[in-house]
Amino acid sequence: MRAWLRQHRQAFVSALRKFAAQKSAAVLNALVIGIALSLPAGGYTLLAGLRGIAQGATIEPQLSVFLKPEAKRAEAEALGSKLKADARLREVRFVPREQALKELQANPGLADVVAALNRNPLPDAFVLRLKSAEPEALEALARELRAQPLVAQVQADAAWARRLGALAGIARLAIALLAALLAFGLVAITFNTIRLQILTQRAEIEISKLIGATDAFIRRPFFYLGALQGLAGGLVALVIVGASLAALNVEVADLAASYGSTFRLAFPAPGDAVAIAAFSTVLGWLGAYLSVSRYLLEIEPQ
Amino acid sequence: MISFSAVTKRYPGGQAALSGVSFGIEPGDFAFIAGHSGAGKSTLLRMIPAIVRPSAGAVLVNGQNVGSLKRAALPYLRRNLGLVFQDQKLLYDRSVYDNVMLPLAFSELGGREAAGRARAALDKVGLLAREKANPIQLSGGEQQRLAIARAVVNRPAILIADEPTANLDAASAAAILEIFASFNQVGVTVLVATHDEALIGRFAKRVLRLEHGGLVT
Repeated sequence: MRAWLRQHRQAFVSALRKFAAQKSAAVLNALVIGIALSLPAGGYTLLAGLRGIAQGATIEPQLSVFLKPEAKRAEAEALGSKLKADARLREVRFVPREQALKELQANPGLADVVAALNRNPLPDAFVLRLKSAEPEALEALARELRAQPLVAQVQADAAWARRLGALAGIARLAIALLAALLAFGLVAITFNTIRLQILTQRAEIEISKLIGATDAFIRRPFFYLGALQGLAGGLVALVIVGASLAALNVEVADLAASYGSTFRLAFPAPGDAVAIAAFSTVLGWLGAYLSVSRYLLEIEPQ
Repeated sequence: MISFSAVTKRYPGGQAALSGVSFGIEPGDFAFIAGHSGAGKSTLLRMIPAIVRPSAGAVLVNGQNVGSLKRAALPYLRRNLGLVFQDQKLLYDRSVYDNVMLPLAFSELGGREAAGRARAALDKVGLLAREKANPIQLSGGEQQRLAIARAVVNRPAILIADEPTANLDAASAAAILEIFASFNQVGVTVLVATHDEALIGRFAKRVLRLEHGGLVT
């Protein structure tokens, strides 16, 4: 066991030396892998932020029914009773115009505008949640309500959030496909690097086989070298993603402030960062494994 | 210890490098494999560590038919053999000491013991003072001595050398043979392939003579 651990340590140190000795080639490989990995890693991080926005919004089917300004409170309450009796609705919430104004005043971005008003321009409204999630049911109810004489406007609040959710789903799929493609790319890069390394060390491999080295012993430094290359690429990807998000957040902060929000794009969580580095390490190892399996058998002492 | 029974080797194309060769080597023997270039000396020696497999017949090393060994078993066979080649097969990107340490990397020895073993082997061939040098800085004779040190560092029971003196002057060649003889004196079985009849004449040892792939004496 001690000898086995010693051999692993020697293989790791040998791989580390070879990695350091490659210098510019190692840096370029890490950059190529890092740039390739930063695309899906950055996309994933952006989507995580987007998902936060979508989850904060209402995705449940919901209608906002705004009454005409001249509608009397008694008429509104009568409409409310009628809506509460409607079997298609799960929840009916009445939002009096006074409450709507208070909510608007609570928004820091609009407080000054509201204060400048000399009367409440907001109408009474109902917020309706439907039992059915079908867009057709939502549209049918909206049409019926628009036909009511008291109703000024009906707005399907969930539509944009659902579209955002659907777009996020498509983007997630696209990123998964991109990640799979680039993973193949990373494996191919490592495969080729290790192939060249094997060719460079052909004499050493041949001699090692002559003096009794097992295949496992010969393979080990190449596996470590592939894994190191993958890890270096993963770390470069994290740096690229981090730097890009930091640059983007300057603009995002300005945009969010104009909506009265403090939203920022989040950097990858420590767990995600470790997962990205581990993923690229495993891909590097896989490329080395495939290359070694393919080329090591071809080298035999003569 | 080593036994060849009716061994034939045909390379692709049908040419026979060895034809019905039979002989035996006992533990502690010292034997020369003599013959002109192309006689089959290298093919014969390369069959012992299973670098070359026989087309027919059997090669036994310590009772084990090496011709039928699986690939995974070959390293364990080769660890018990010391191999020296005409072209030395040294690694020129590392020091003399590191070249000798190479076979010990996959042994069970601890670091200190392995280092002691490597230095003892270098001392035996007279290269301890040059352990930090690069093999490229050594003369041809010194490089061959380094190859011998690497071959014996694992203390093999059998030492096999294929034309170890081919590129050396007479004095260096004799010095190399003296090293082999000294290992033989402590019980190591030694097999040396050479076409140098003068060198063979200087040592009163057994000679296996090959001609056109067949054993003549």
